[in-house]
This record gives sequence, structure tokens and C-alpha cells, in this order.
Amino acid sequence: MGYTLNFAAVWRSFDQLLEGLLLSLGLAFISIFIGAAIGLIVAFALTSKSGWLQRPAALYVTIIRNLPILVLVLFAFFALPQLGVRMGKIQSFIAVLSIYSGAYLAEVFRAGLLSIPKGLTEAGLAIGLTPMQIRVSIITPLMLRNVLPSLSSTIISLFKDTSLAAAIAVPELTFEARKINVETFRVIETWIVASGLYVVTCSVLAALMRVVERRLAVPR
Amino acid sequence: MTGLTAFLDQLWIARFVILKGLGVTVSISSLAIVAGSLLGVLVGLALVYGNRVLRLIVRAYTDFIRGTPVLVLVLASYYVLSTVGIELGPFQAGVLALAIFCSSHVGEIVRGGLQAIPKGQTEAAKAIGLTFRQTFAYVLWPQALRQFLPAWVNTAAEMVKASTLLSVIGVAELLLRTQEIISRNFLSLQFYFFAGLLYFVINYGIERLGKYVERKTVVPS
Repeated sequence: MGYTLNFAAVWRSFDQLLEGLLLSLGLAFISIFIGAAIGLIVAFALTSKSGWLQRPAALYVTIIRNLPILVLVLFAFFALPQLGVRMGKIQSFIAVLSIYSGAYLAEVFRAGLLSIPKGLTEAGLAIGLTPMQIRVSIITPLMLRNVLPSLSSTIISLFKDTSLAAAIAVPELTFEARKINVETFRVIETWIVASGLYVVTCSVLAALMRVVERRLAVPR
Repeated sequence: MTGLTAFLDQLWIARFVILKGLGVTVSISSLAIVAGSLLGVLVGLALVYGNRVLRLIVRAYTDFIRGTPVLVLVLASYYVLSTVGIELGPFQAGVLALAIFCSSHVGEIVRGGLQAIPKGQTEAAKAIGLTFRQTFAYVLWPQALRQFLPAWVNTAAEMVKASTLLSVIGVAELLLRTQEIISRNFLSLQFYFFAGLLYFVINYGIERLGKYVERKTVVPS
């Protein structure tokens, strides 16, 4: 095919790619953190006996899980200002990814909550803890340790979703890669390096989560 | 309520554009699902029954694909292939990227389904004198199919959602059509909402189908 690979141009812009990767990680970290808080509350609502809590929570999860995230990203950035909600592109993306990850993490946490035996709650009540204390200091820590394996794959897939921020010109890894493409025309090299960075980051995240899992998993 | 009538007017004007976009979305998703599933079954079989070298290669393939965001796959497929002289239109390149993405997911699902079958089944089949081919066709595959059908239906919903990414390389599917309509009438709130509604209806339908399949295929215990 007569194409010689030449990575020199990409290495010259490698700092840009790394900065992009750092921003991707930052976006993922903040959004997953907020999303986990949302997900935890929603998961408790999903498993509660009260229909008034359960139904809105189920509606939220169903709606978000059935919408493409790109539609949400564009909606938040281009349509919400019409309603007077104005955010910068980074804030708007973090808001979307938080709400999006909230729905996915809620499902993960719900499965975890269902796996906790009822006896623990009863034991907590028997020693005089309030229901809130039981949730905070008994059920949530145990549930988190139980769901670590599915949590790790959800976190990785949410990290990959940060690439969609490129659609609203947030300078994260995918955006930087496209920019370098346009500047250097080294298309193959740029995409090899960019996807390599994603793959490496995902593997590192997976390895980290495995370490956490080994340390924290509930012994059986 | 002038806002609503203005929206309905614009919606009526744009009805064929939206329908065309919807058609493209459906054809992208179905092509990607069919091609990706066929390839994915091969990937899954290679992961379970392949020899060492084949397993290693296929494992590297799935890990690489699963570690890369779909948007990057789509962009790379569109721009890289044309650089090496394979001229694909945005539609073909996009469908190819989605099919590859789908194949790695289906591969993992098939692998999980096959490996979840207890070893005793294969041993029992051997004991009654079935060849490997027969064992696979009559014992393992039907059980694995039950195991992975619900997850596979969910992958289909995933593909419909991923088809929106093709708007970035200029495939006139539902989302890009919506953006075009919005750039003409500036009703971004209403039309993004409407597009979201259409996607929701499709995916919710697929989700219900998945639940139905799950009920039908669950192994009675």
C-alpha cells in the first residue's frame, strides 16, 4: 500500500494527548464520584417499599439507560440554555455524565443491596441503631464490597464515555487526537497512539480495581 | 400555546427528514447487530475452543476493542481506512466500526455462556458416544443460547445508542438529521427532546423484548 508509518509528528504533540488524557480522567473521576452519590440514593429508593420513592427512581433509571449519551450531551449543551440553564462545556458535560453514571451505578448498587441478607438489618435494629445508621454503617459498606467486580466494568465503560465530550469541543483525549490529525495528517499514527492510550488506561483502571477487590472483597 | 403549534408545524415540515433519519438509524443498527453477532459467535468460539495461539490473538483483539471508546473506533475506521487506500463511505466505515465493537461484546457473552455450562454435560455426552460436533450442536449450544440471549438483546439496545456516534462522521442518521432541522428552525429544546423520545421508544421496546426473552428462556429449576 506504500504507506510508511511516521510517528515523529505524533510524538511532538504527545504532551497534548497526555493533557487530553488527564482531562478525560478528571472528567470521569468527578462525574463518577457525583454519579455514585446519586446512584446510592437512587438504589436505596429503588429497593424501598414505598412506591412514592420507588417509582420516580425507576423512571429515572429507565429513561437515562434507554437514551444515547450523545443525545444527552448535546441536549444539555445546546438545548438547556433555552430554559435558562447556562453552563460551560466542561460543567455541562460533567453534569450529563454524572446523571448518566448515576443511573448505571444505581443498577449496580441495587443488585448489591438485594444481595444483603435481611438479618443484618434486623440485627442492627435489635442493638438499637436507627434505620439511617444501619444504612450508612452496615449496609452501604458491605454492599460496596460485594459489587466491586461489576462496579469496575461500569467505571471503565463510563471512562470511555468521556470521549463524547469531544462532540462539544471539550479538549479531552479524542478531541486532541482529532486536532493533531487535522494539523499533521498523520491519521493512522494518531489513532494508534490515542486508542493505545485508552487501552492502557482502561487496563490500568481494571488492574487497580482488581487490587481493591482483592483487599476489600468480603471473605467467604 | 404558540410554542407548541410552532413546534408541531416544524415537525410536520420535517416529518420526512426525521423518518429518513430513523430509517438510517435502524439500518445501521440492524446491519451492525447482524454482522457483529456473526463475527462475535466466531470470536466466542475461538476464545473457548481455539488453540493457544488463536486464543491469544482473539483475546488481544477483544481486549483492544473493549478498551477503546466506540467514538474512537468510529473515527479511526473512517479516517484510517481511507488513508490506507480502502475507500469506504461514512456509512460503511461506521457500520464496520459498530460491527467490530459489537463482535467483541457478543464474543464475551458467548464465551461466558459456553463456560457457564458444567463440565459434566460434556462428559455425559462423551459417555453416550456423541462426537464433539454433536455434543456442541445438541448439548452445549442450546444451553449456552438460553444463557446469553437476554444479554444479547441488551447489546442490541447498546448498538442503537452507539449508532448516534455516526453523526460525528456525517452519516445522516436520526441525530444528525435532528441537528440539521435545529440549525434551520432553532427549536433545539423541542427537537432534541423529540429525538430523545424516539430513541427511548426504540430502546425501551428492545428492553421489554429482553425481559420477555429472559422469562421465556430461563431454565426451570
